[in-house]
Amino acid sequence: MALKMVKGSIDRMFDKNLQDLVRGIRNHKEDEAKYISQCIDEIKQELKQDNIAVKANAVCKLTYLQMLGYDISWAAFNIIEVMSASKFTFKRIGYLAASQCFHEGTDVIMLTTNQIRKDLSSPNQYDTGVALTGLSCFVTPDLARDLANDIMTLMSHTKPYIRKKAVLIMYKVFLKYPESLRPAFPRLKEKLEDPDPGVQSAAVNVICELARRNPKNYLSLAPLFFKLMTSSTNNWVLIKIIKLFGALTPLEPRLGKKLIEPLTNLIHSASIQLCVQKLRILIEDSDQNLKYLGLLAMSKILKTHPKSVQSHKDLILQCLDDKDESIRLRALDLLYGMVSKKNLMEIVKKLMIHVDKAEGTTYRDELLTKIIDICSQSNYQYITNFEWYISILVELTRLEGTRHGHLIAAQMLDVAIRVKAIRKFAVSQMAMLLDNAHLIASNTQRNGICEVLYAAAWICGEFSEHLEEPNQTLEAMLRPKVTTLPGHIQAVYVQNMVKLYASILQQKEQAGEKESSQEITQLMIDRLPQFVQSADLEVQERASCILQLIKYIQKLQAKEVPVAEEVIALFAGELNPVAPKAQKKVPVPEGLDLDAWINEPPSDSESEDEKPKTIFHDEEQRHSRPRQPEMDEEELARRREARKQEQANNPFYIKSSPSPQKRYQDTPGVEHIPVVQIDLSVPLKVPGMPMSDQYVKLEEERRHKQKLEKDKKKKKQKKEKKGKHHRHNSLHTESDEDIAPAQHVDIITEEMPENALPSDEDDKDPNDPYKALDIDLDKPLADSEKLPVQKHRNTENLKSPDTEVPLVEKKSKKPKKKEKKHKEREREKEKKKDKERKVDEEEKKKSSKHKKKKHKKEKEEKSKEKKKSKKKHHHSEEEPVESVQNGTLDDEPLPVRNCPRQEMLELTYDIQGNLQNDSQVTVSVIFENKSTSFVKSMELNVLDSLNTKMIRPEGSSVHDGIPVPFQLPPGISNEAQFVFTLQSIVMAQKLKGTLSFIVKNDEGSTHEKLDFKLHFSCASYLITTPCYSDAFAKLLESGDLHMNSIKVDGISISFQHLLAKICFHHHFSVVERVDSCASMYSRSIQGHHVCLLVKKGENSVSVDGKCNEPTLLSNLLDEMKETLSMC
Amino acid sequence: SFTGLANQTFCTVLLYKNSPSLKTRESEDIQQQIIRETFHLVSKRDENVCNFLEGGLLIGGSDNKLIYRHYATLYFVFCVDSSESELGILDLIQVFVETLDKCFENVCELDLIFHVDKVHNILAEMVMGGMVLETNMNEIVTQIDAQNKLEKSETFIFQSPRQDR
Repeated sequence: MALKMVKGSIDRMFDKNLQDLVRGIRNHKEDEAKYISQCIDEIKQELKQDNIAVKANAVCKLTYLQMLGYDISWAAFNIIEVMSASKFTFKRIGYLAASQCFHEGTDVIMLTTNQIRKDLSSPNQYDTGVALTGLSCFVTPDLARDLANDIMTLMSHTKPYIRKKAVLIMYKVFLKYPESLRPAFPRLKEKLEDPDPGVQSAAVNVICELARRNPKNYLSLAPLFFKLMTSSTNNWVLIKIIKLFGALTPLEPRLGKKLIEPLTNLIHSASIQLCVQKLRILIEDSDQNLKYLGLLAMSKILKTHPKSVQSHKDLILQCLDDKDESIRLRALDLLYGMVSKKNLMEIVKKLMIHVDKAEGTTYRDELLTKIIDICSQSNYQYITNFEWYISILVELTRLEGTRHGHLIAAQMLDVAIRVKAIRKFAVSQMAMLLDNAHLIASNTQRNGICEVLYAAAWICGEFSEHLEEPNQTLEAMLRPKVTTLPGHIQAVYVQNMVKLYASILQQKEQAGEKESSQEITQLMIDRLPQFVQSADLEVQERASCILQLIKYIQKLQAKEVPVAEEVIALFAGELNPVAPKAQKKVPVPEGLDLDAWINEPPSDSESEDEKPKTIFHDEEQRHSRPRQPEMDEEELARRREARKQEQANNPFYIKSSPSPQKRYQDTPGVEHIPVVQIDLSVPLKVPGMPMSDQYVKLEEERRHKQKLEKDKKKKKQKKEKKGKHHRHNSLHTESDEDIAPAQHVDIITEEMPENALPSDEDDKDPNDPYKALDIDLDKPLADSEKLPVQKHRNTENLKSPDTEVPLVEKKSKKPKKKEKKHKEREREKEKKKDKERKVDEEEKKKSSKHKKKKHKKEKEEKSKEKKKSKKKHHHSEEEPVESVQNGTLDDEPLPVRNCPRQEMLELTYDIQGNLQNDSQVTVSVIFENKSTSFVKSMELNVLDSLNTKMIRPEGSSVHDGIPVPFQLPPGISNEAQFVFTLQSIVMAQKLKGTLSFIVKNDEGSTHEKLDFKLHFSCASYLITTPCYSDAFAKLLESGDLHMNSIKVDGISISFQHLLAKICFHHHFSVVERVDSCASMYSRSIQGHHVCLLVKKGENSVSVDGKCNEPTLLSNLLDEMKETLSMC
Repeated sequence: SFTGLANQTFCTVLLYKNSPSLKTRESEDIQQQIIRETFHLVSKRDENVCNFLEGGLLIGGSDNKLIYRHYATLYFVFCVDSSESELGILDLIQVFVETLDKCFENVCELDLIFHVDKVHNILAEMVMGGMVLETNMNEIVTQIDAQNKLEKSETFIFQSPRQDR
C-alpha cells in the first residue's frame, strides 16, 4: 500500500500540473489546439489511474480547459469521483469542476445526491461550505427536492459561515422546488434577525430576490424590514431593503408615507422635484459614471412622475449626442416617456438624424426600435399626422443592415389596417416600395429589411382599389428578381398579385377594354411559372393553384364571358384587426366543459391500427365533394349567398363594413396629398420617396393656421361675449388637446369578443420561472407541507429496530435543543407524526390478514346493530328454513363482506388471489363462536357454478362438503381456507353455500345449518402489485389498454383517505401522487393490467381506468363507484 | 450573471457563470461567444467613459448589464441583473481586487493566470450561485486562509515538487 502511494506520488512528479498546462499553452501559441488535444489525451490517461491525487490534478486541468471553451462533459463521472474524495483539497477541485460544467442535462448529476448529503453533514465546515457553493451552481429540481430538508437544517448551523451559505442557497432551492418555500419560510424569516451580519445580509438578499418577482406575498414583512432599515449599518443590506420597498410601496400606499422619513434621512431629500434637480446636476457632471447613474435614476422617476422629468427634455436630447453609447441608450429610454403630441415630430426628427449618422448596427437598431416604440405607444396617442408616420417608416427602410425589418413591416400593416383614412397614401407609398424593391432586396446584408416588402405587397394587394397605377405595381411584383426573396415574402407576393389582378380585371371589364384585360391575364400566365418552380413549398403551392385559376379565367375570357365579378368575389370582405388576446377572452358559456371528451377518446395507438380504413374512407368522401369540377355560375352564386348568410349569422366572423370607400371619401384633407418630391441629386435615396421633414414644416404651418383661426374665432367670441370670459381667454396657451390632427383619423380599436372577461393576468408569462414562487406565505402551514425526509423504504414493523429513523430524529433534534423554540418543537412533533403516519400506511398496504380482519370486524360490529333490529322477530325460532331467509336478507349490499350469521356463529371471509396459479383464489373464512355453547363438526359446502368451483379433496363429489378442521369452544374464533378454481375472472360472482354444524351445550347437542353467500367481487381477483412510475408510463403508452371512467359526486373525505380506501378494498397500489391526482395500479391473477387515474375535484372524484380487459374494467369501476359513493 | 476577467490580449483568465442560458449542452460555444462579445464591448471603450454597459444580446437582454473595472492590464467584468445596485457592484469589484491583492501578496496578472483555481475559490467566498455572499474583506480573507491551512495539513503525502509563482 505504502509502495503504491510512493509510486503514485512519483508518477505525479512527471504529470503536468495546472501551472505547467497554462505555461504550455502560452508557449504553444501557434499550435494551441494541437497542444491542448495532446494534453487532453494525457488527462484521459491520468483519469484512468486509481490514485485520487492524479485524478484531482487531471480534473483541475480540465476545469481550466473548460474555461477556454473545451467540452469536458465526458469527464462528468470522473468529476463526481473527485468530488467524493475524502480530502478537502480534492473535494474542492471536484466541486469547482462540477459547478463549471454540470447543468440540468447532465445525467450523472443524480448520482451526486448522496455524496452531497454526506458532505452537507460533514463535521468539517469547509466540506459543507464547498458542497453548498457547488450545489448553488448546478442544483436541479431533483436535487432541490431531495436536499431541501438537509439545507434547511443547515440554516440553523452553529457556524455563521455555513448558515449564510445555507440561507443563500435556499433561493436556488425555491426556484427549482417551489413547494419548499412555505415550509422553509418561517426559518428564513428568523434569519433576518440573525446575530451575524453576513447571515442577515444573505437572508435579506434571498427575500429581496423573492419579493422582487411577487411583492404582494411579502407585504407582511414590511414592519420587520422597516426595523432593519432604521437599525442596519450595512450598506449592502440597506440598498437591498430600499429596492424591496420600491417593489412593496405601490401595493401598500401607507407604506410610502411611513418610508418618507427614514428615506429622507438616507438620501437627504425625498421630494421628487428636488431629486430631479439633483439628478440634473449629476447628468451635467463631467464624470461619465455620475451622468449614467443620473440618467438611470431619472428613468425610474419618469415612470411615476413623468411631468417633473419632462421639463428636462433639453438635457436629455443633449445626452443623445454624447460620445458614450451607454449614456445615449439611457437617454433614448428617457425620451420614450417624454413625448407629447406637440414634440413628437421634433423628437423623431432628431432621432432620424441620429439614425443617419449612427455607426454600429446595435445602436442604430436600438434607435429604430425606439422610434417605432415612441410613435406607436399607447395606441398611436401622440401621432397627429399619419402621413408623416408612414413616410417615417418608409424612410427607415433605407437603413442598412438592420435586423428590425419585421418591426417596420408590422407597423405599416397595423397603421394601414387600422387607420382607414391613410390607406390611399399608404398604398401609394407601398407601391413605390415595391417598384424600388431592387434597392431594398439587392444587398444581401440588408436582408433584414426586405421584410417590409411583405407588408408592402400585402397592403397593395388588400387595398388595391386605391392604387393609381395597378398595372405598374403588378408588373413590379412579377419581376424575376422577386424570386430571390425569402419564401414567406414570395408567398405573400403571389397571393396579393391575384388580388391586384382581380381588381385590374374588374377595372378593365367595366371600361370594356377586353384586349387589355386579356393581356394582363397573359402576363400572369407568362410570369407565374417562375413561382411554381420555387423551392419553397408554400410559394409553389399557392402559385400552381393560382396559375390554374388564371388559366381557367383565360378560357372564359376567350369565350368572352365576364369573369371579373367572380374573381373579385374571391377576396370579398374586409379584414378587421383583432386584439391579440381576443381569443383568450371569449368567455366560456355556461354548461360547457372544455375538458370533457366530445367523443369517446380513441384508445391510443391500438385503435389507429384497427381503424385506419374507416378514417381514410371518411376523408375520401369528404374530399370528393368540393372537388366537383366546373361549377356553374348559379351554383357559385348560391353558395356565395349562403356563405354571406352564414357569415352574417356568425358572431365571430368579421363582417365587412357597408362601404369603406364612401367613408374614406368623406374624410377631409386626404385629397391634398403633398406632391412627391423626386430628389435625384441625393444618392442612396430611393427616388420618389417623400421626405418626412416636409411634414414637420407643413405641420407647423397647419398648426399656425389653426391657431390663427382659433384665435380669430375667439376674438369673435370675445366681441360677442365681451368681458364675460375675459380671464379665461387671456390664459390661452397651446396645449396638447388643442392640436387637431391633420386628417380625420379613426383608429379602429382591435376587436374583442363581447362580454370578454377583464383580467390582469394576461401579461404574465406562463413560462416565467418565478411564477411558481408566487405563494401565499401568511397561511399557516398544513400538515401535508413538509419537506421530504429521507426514509427507509422497507419499514416492516414499527417496533422492529430501525436504523434510519432514530438517526434522522437525532439530527433534527439538534436545533431543537439549541434554540428551544416552541415553533421548532411543534414542527418536529409534526414531522414525527407524519413519519408514523407513513409507516402506518405502508404497514396497511403490506398488511397481514390479521389487521384487515380486525378492521372488518370493527365495521361489522356497527352493522350488527342494524341487523339486529331487522331480525328481531326471527330470533325465537331458529330454524334452518329461517336461516336461509337470513341469507337472502343479506343480499342487500353491505360495505364489508361478511357471511350471514346466526346469533351463535359468525363467519367473516376474505378472498385473495393466488399468485402462483392464475385460475385460483383462496377464500379465508374466520369462524367465530359467539354463543355459550360448543360448536363442532362444521362442514362447509358451496353450490358450484360453471365458472367457479370449490376444490374438494380427491374422490369426493360435488355435493360433499369440506369438513372444517377444528372445533370452536365458546367465544373462540379460528380461520380455515378454501381454494376455488375459476375460468373467467371478468365478472363478479355470487355462490350460495351452507355450513352445517353441531351445537353442544348442557341441554344436549343439536344439528344446525347456516346458509350464506360468497360474493366474489372483481376486486378480489386483483393482487396488490407495486409498479414503478416509468413502467406504468410505458404500460399506458403501449396502447393495448381499453379505457373507461366513472365519476362520483358528494365525496367529502380527504384524498389520502380515499386512496387508502381504494388500496384497501380494491387491492390497488399508488404509483404516483401529485396534489389531488393519483395514478394507481393493480394486476389480476390472470395477468391483466389495471391502471387508474384518480382525480379529486371539489367534492367529487373521477376515476379513469385502463385495462386490457374491458369487461373486467367496467365491473371493477362499478364496484369502485359503490365503494366511493358510500364515502 | 457571470463574472469574467480578461487581460488586454484577450486571454480569458477566469469565467464564473451562473445563468440558466449558459447551462445548456452547447454551453461551451455560447460561453466563448459571450466572452468574445463582452471583451469586444468592453475593450473598445475609452478610459473616460462610464463603467456600465448594456445592450449585449448574449448576456440576457435588457434586465442585465455589464459592470466592469479596468485595472492596469486587466478587466474585471460582472454581469448582473436589475436587482443589484450598480455602485454596489463597482464596490464589489474593488473588494474582489483588494482581496486578491491580500491573498496573493501584491497580485499581478501572472498570479491570476497561473492560479485560476485559487481565484475561483476566492470568488466563491464572495459570490455564490449568482448572489452576493460576503462583502467584508477581512471575513473573506480569514476563510480563505483557514481553507489553505486545511489544504496544507492534507498535502503531506504528496507535495507538488515545484512551486510556481
